[in-house]
Amino acid sequence: MTDLTDLTVAEIRDGFRAGDFSAREVASAFNANVAAASALNAFIVETPEKALEAADAADAARTSGDLKPLSGVPIGMKDLFCTQGVQTTAASHMLEGFTPTYESTVSAKLWDAGAGMLGKLNLDQFAMGSSNETSFFGNVVSPWRRNDGGNAPLAPGGSSGGSSAAIAARLCPAATGTDTGGSIRQPAAFTGISGIKPTYGRCSRWGVVAFASSLDQAGPMARTVRDNAILLEAMAGFDPKDATSLDLPVPTWEAGLSSDLKGKKVGIPKEYRPDGLDAEIAAMWDRGIAWLRDAGAQIVDVSLPHTKYALPTYYIIAPAEASSNLARYDGVRYGQRELPEGAGLQDMYAATRAAGFGGEVKRRIMIGTYVLSAGFYDAYYTQAQKVRALIARDFEQAFAQCDLLLTPTAPSAAFALGEEQDDPLAMYLNDVFTVPASLAGLPAMSVPGGLDAQGLPLGLQIIGKPLDEQSVLNAGLAIEERAGFVARPGKWW
Amino acid sequence: MLAALPMSIDLQTVKKIASLSRISMSEAEAEAMVPELNNILGWVDQLGEVDVTGVEPMTAVIPNHLRLRDDVVTDGNVRDKVLANAPQPEHGFFTVPKVIE
Amino acid sequence: MTESTYRIQGATGEWEVVIGLEVHAQVTSEAKLFSGAATAFGAEPNTQVSLIDAAMPGMLPVPNGECIRQAVRTGLAIDAQINKWSRFDRKNYFYADLPQGYQISQLYHPLVGEGALDISLDEKNPDAQVKRIGIERIHVEQDAGKLMHDQHPTRSYVDLNRSGVALMEIVSKPDMRSPAEAGAYLSKLRTILRYVGSCDGNMDQGSMRADVNVSVRRPGEEFGTRTETKNVNSVRFVMAVVEHEASRQVDVLEAGGKILQETRLYDPDRNETRSMRSKEDAHDYRYFPDPDLLPLELEDAFIEECRQSLPELPDAKRRRYQEDLGLSAYNAATLTADADTARWFEVLLAEGAKAQKKNESEVAKASANWLLSELYGALNRLGKSLDESPVGPADGAELLALVADGTISGTIAKQVFEIMLETGGKPGAIVEEKGLKQTSDTGAIEAAVAKILADNGDKVAQYKAGKEALFGFFVGQTMKAMQGKANPQIVNELVRKALS
Repeated sequence: MTDLTDLTVAEIRDGFRAGDFSAREVASAFNANVAAASALNAFIVETPEKALEAADAADAARTSGDLKPLSGVPIGMKDLFCTQGVQTTAASHMLEGFTPTYESTVSAKLWDAGAGMLGKLNLDQFAMGSSNETSFFGNVVSPWRRNDGGNAPLAPGGSSGGSSAAIAARLCPAATGTDTGGSIRQPAAFTGISGIKPTYGRCSRWGVVAFASSLDQAGPMARTVRDNAILLEAMAGFDPKDATSLDLPVPTWEAGLSSDLKGKKVGIPKEYRPDGLDAEIAAMWDRGIAWLRDAGAQIVDVSLPHTKYALPTYYIIAPAEASSNLARYDGVRYGQRELPEGAGLQDMYAATRAAGFGGEVKRRIMIGTYVLSAGFYDAYYTQAQKVRALIARDFEQAFAQCDLLLTPTAPSAAFALGEEQDDPLAMYLNDVFTVPASLAGLPAMSVPGGLDAQGLPLGLQIIGKPLDEQSVLNAGLAIEERAGFVARPGKWW
Repeated sequence: MLAALPMSIDLQTVKKIASLSRISMSEAEAEAMVPELNNILGWVDQLGEVDVTGVEPMTAVIPNHLRLRDDVVTDGNVRDKVLANAPQPEHGFFTVPKVIE
Repeated sequence: MTESTYRIQGATGEWEVVIGLEVHAQVTSEAKLFSGAATAFGAEPNTQVSLIDAAMPGMLPVPNGECIRQAVRTGLAIDAQINKWSRFDRKNYFYADLPQGYQISQLYHPLVGEGALDISLDEKNPDAQVKRIGIERIHVEQDAGKLMHDQHPTRSYVDLNRSGVALMEIVSKPDMRSPAEAGAYLSKLRTILRYVGSCDGNMDQGSMRADVNVSVRRPGEEFGTRTETKNVNSVRFVMAVVEHEASRQVDVLEAGGKILQETRLYDPDRNETRSMRSKEDAHDYRYFPDPDLLPLELEDAFIEECRQSLPELPDAKRRRYQEDLGLSAYNAATLTADADTARWFEVLLAEGAKAQKKNESEVAKASANWLLSELYGALNRLGKSLDESPVGPADGAELLALVADGTISGTIAKQVFEIMLETGGKPGAIVEEKGLKQTSDTGAIEAAVAKILADNGDKVAQYKAGKEALFGFFVGQTMKAMQGKANPQIVNELVRKALS
């Protein structure tokens, strides 16, 4: 008897339809795993009743014959998506207790497609972080452990650390994430799962707590490429309530999956292989190149000359936008309010925000405020937007010579929790490979490439042309088929 | 040519930014921010090296047209929802400490 | 063009005043600029608020095409350059009436560029002193909510109904040099907005407010430091602010002090401006392009459609009234000062031309005179506005037609008009009913004249001896004997004949 929680989304969907099991059985199995995994701290709020509700609806639909695309599939929802009637915190004390009276477009689409909610997944506070160590509700612990027997708790990556940990630990078959500078891809790489950030504008941002508006994108995370395709189809689509939403039909990505890359050119950007790149990661990258060649692709060398400026560009633009997006958290209309004795309005703001925001959030707001302030706007913000244009142009020019790019996802495997606490800069450097595609709005995916010597997952990143998620998914599938990644974390929780 | 940037920011500037951001900070917290922010700002300063002659700042990530919506009332009349999470609602209003103008 | 001669006399010499106005005009539209909530004035608190207006987490703005259209139409009405590419910027600051913690506005690339409007400084002689006031730009932005401070001892109340309503910010160049010019500019701008229909110009409801920038200088020198007095909500107050603030600044400078660049508030009860408690950082708005919105791009066809949709504008209308209809400059200016008045007059004209089977230009003078003296006189007495007039333009035209074709005299017409005001009846019917038709029966008039002359032999002798003024007496007495119903022209002729 297969453990239902080992099934992929596709297997659950198809098995349920075939009558192999009921939706309720599936939901119950995952609910049980969730309940038993508090040591991972992947969930901020568990909603087993909602998962069962959707399961019962699916079971009824199976009888009556009006099944939906995700009927029978329970998922985790990153706690950055506003869910009606269910607490939404963005992992911040600022929004503790906030219960939206509205549903985000992306989560609504998933529920409308028949999916059920297992709970709200933990994340870095306001999506700011790469290790899920900035959450007000405590760190998420990766289900993975190094094989040195030391049992040091590891970071699941961030900001979608709750999502990645939960999937790897089989608490859910899939989850939503958001990716601003790598927050889907890097945690996917750290936990040996797949995740895709679609082209900017594919998924609606309406109802997603905003971090950096020109970079934020919702996307799926799951164990297989096919699962990602299935979920992305349900999540994507034009939303008239989001002015940056793309008014284009959603391609049938699942149906279009093919790991035959004949006729495709894959570019290898030389700037992603600096001196000092971890040897194991370089080796995995070479293996990835070979796999794609084996799948029929032609490999070409390309250059993205402004790569090294991507991180500093990102760390000007994202904090600038965030400093403005987070101004609404002021204790007036929702969220926490701190009212010291005799405080006036402005004092209330300052006290509320000091108490409500975590350290990293404050740091980024301060940076953002500074780079936008009088006298520095041109030197920082305008300069960064110009460099951003150059970075986008680099990709454009590279894509004249190839259809896809292959790079490592992250510069290291998962590090231990607390290891990079002292230096925010060190934490930022985790995003070095993921940030450029974010700045250019390109679709990018991480798939498992193998394990390092310590038994920890390493990820490969595929970057595609705007709107060409299909080619990205296909290359991901080609790698998945050849990587043979079956490793899973041993259950210690 | 890039505008000359200050070599580093000082405690005074940190306090000013904290005030602009409406985040109250103890003296110790502000002091701790000085090296942290300087570290990060010193690192992003390298953008000044990039030759951006003739480059326009990016205005739209993916080419798209700003859609204008029709002038129809489609929203509002949801006061209960709007006030549902308010810390101190009163008689249909949000309330804040009294402001003297 | 006229050079202003307004000066303030200081102890050490003369000072010139330099004024610029930033007008915030609420755009006439059904829904708000970036949300679908309604804009109507006077609703229950927080009922015209969407989740977007309340700045809930994850909310996003989508612009209302009508608001853009109204701003473009306004720009065209002041002959301004329309920018086909413009962008929205965020103006960041913290206040309880600003839920997002920023206002979506347009700093770097506004929708409308430079334009101008002409003001007349001599009411009696509108063509005599015309001055062109430049306009720097018009952009669209969100209005803020409302704070109320007197509902509770320790708390202020926040109503977001107004938050997010579209505003046009119309920034003048610092071309004004006197309180009168400032007042004339604001009035003219208001008139244009009401003509275009892009704003109702209702200053006491707050749909139009002015920030008044004032500085002083010695004639011929550089501009001085200016102060800004915010949210002044009437033309009268704007003029008072200019006068008061300019005097205050002169006093400060004459005493050797410096003018602080600051924001002030006008207190109409005390007729003075007061410095607002300004925070140093209140001015660092950290403007940057709103990343939730793309640049606004307008098609030529759209701009052309806006242009076609404009009505005849006040200056053009006034010129037409003068040149084509032969009205005096003063009457033309008075009639065109308000779109509704002009509209009323034009119906009166059209009906009059129809009733008298003449061209509009032939009935224009009489119609204008009647409207401006008879009708306005009556409305003032009754305390009613033009749109509350008990007598409509069609009936007014009918009355004027009865005078024109000689059915009744001008004097009788005044009587008929009074009855119309009271009863709402039609002039023709009233004349019939009351038997007020004037007679041109020469025989009857001759007889009446003869009797008057016979009864007043002494006066006849005096007249013949040279007291010409008595002519009026004979005419008047004849009219009285005929109960006002004699055709005055014929009475005049026959009296003259009888006396000769």
